[in-house]
Amino acid sequence: MNRVAVTGLGLVCALGNTVSESWSRLAAGESRILPLSDPGNPPYKFNRGAEAWDFNPAEHFTEKDLIVLERFAQFATVAAREAVAQSGLRFDAELADRTAVVTGTSVGGQFSEEEGYKRLYRENNPRVAPLTIPRTMANAGASRIALEFGIHGPGYTVTTACSSSNHALGQAFWMVRSGQVTAAIAGGSEAVFAEGLLRAWEAMRVVSPDVCRPFSVGRKGLSLGEGGGIMVFENWEHAEARGAAVLGEMIGFGMSADAHHITQPSMEGPAKCMAWALRDAGITPEQVDYINAHGTGTQTNDVIETRAIRSIFGRSAERVLVSSTKSMHGHTLGAAGAIEAIATLLALKNSVVPPTANFTGPDADCDLDVVPNQARTAEIGIAITNTFAFGGLNATLVFTRPR
Amino acid sequence: MPEDSEANGLGSQVIRVIAQTQRIPPERISLDSTFEELKIDSLDGINIIFALENEFGINIPDEGVQTMRSVRETVAGVRQLIQQKNLAVPPGAA
Repeated sequence: MNRVAVTGLGLVCALGNTVSESWSRLAAGESRILPLSDPGNPPYKFNRGAEAWDFNPAEHFTEKDLIVLERFAQFATVAAREAVAQSGLRFDAELADRTAVVTGTSVGGQFSEEEGYKRLYRENNPRVAPLTIPRTMANAGASRIALEFGIHGPGYTVTTACSSSNHALGQAFWMVRSGQVTAAIAGGSEAVFAEGLLRAWEAMRVVSPDVCRPFSVGRKGLSLGEGGGIMVFENWEHAEARGAAVLGEMIGFGMSADAHHITQPSMEGPAKCMAWALRDAGITPEQVDYINAHGTGTQTNDVIETRAIRSIFGRSAERVLVSSTKSMHGHTLGAAGAIEAIATLLALKNSVVPPTANFTGPDADCDLDVVPNQARTAEIGIAITNTFAFGGLNATLVFTRPR
Repeated sequence: MPEDSEANGLGSQVIRVIAQTQRIPPERISLDSTFEELKIDSLDGINIIFALENEFGINIPDEGVQTMRSVRETVAGVRQLIQQKNLAVPPGAA
């Protein structure tokens, strides 16, 4: 088995267009769940979200590019550019064949799909835009990344709702660890602020009318967010041989299915997921210092996740730090795993645990140290990050700081 | 007053909506049925609320959903929302 170095990070979300912009807001506990730029007509029942406020496609793409590239694929591409640039990797013919691209997304290109339906059903115009298919396909981000960097190794997209990009990162990690590939560009992206999709979330009754307050008393649901996150994984020896700066190490991946209910989570599924990730990493719960929680801010998730953490971590649940950065960048669905994995890695690298923002008071059913409102300086060695999807599909990643 | 009218009017309308949504015969549902007895989970609940909103032209707030755990509580909640709606829009107004 090969060690897996993380040598590049890229991030676009409500907190900024780059990793450094986003990290400074994460470390400051600054929530960017703000009034929606389009509140809907009639207004949505929720009036806030975490849009990629500073993202301007024209700064990153030509008009020609944008004909075929939907918003979610733009996020993936811009994040990949940042991550690859940081890694310093150059894809010569050999490395291009030995590099994978794996992305996650929950719904893919929703805007073009809705545009097509508007023409078809509202305007009775059967002439749907000719590039609707390549714009909407869930793999548009992965394909663009492969095209842009000339990558010829395995390329695919995973879709497991809110676990999508954790599954993508986990698969990519295993490919590098097993030696199937030398490097991988992996993560995910999502662009949720399309009217039809927002109406569907509204009907689901899980979105907070104001902001998401994970693990807090008075929490009323999740806040939707958009963005993309990409990591570059690299065979440790390869990274060392070329003198690359190693940002951290991925050491474990676990996944499980609840087989319980299509939307209600179980305690057992997430618990197994965390336990299996730790087993894959060859570590014990006592060695984990920080958990970047799924922490959606719904009544149910946060209680179930607390119980699952307690069941696996036992006495060490009293000291492990837990936070949900969704309180700042929102729930980015298929991008959540990737964005939160980057937050987790940066927490390790910088010895700063980003807080759970918007916290108003403890809930007895969520009795963990959830790092309320203020980031905490802490020497953390190993951290895990959870995603638990609708449909009961769970994925947990394990990282360590550079050692 | 509420008991009789519930059994006949609004109550039977609500029972019909629940029966249709759950694909079960209305005879199996009474005012005293709890959602637990009827095996109505949170996802079914969202569907029922949606159907009730359509049927009665009301808007059931998210907080209201958590307080409806039986047919009787649901009928009471729907009645209250219908009354509020009638107060807000005077008869004859558009």
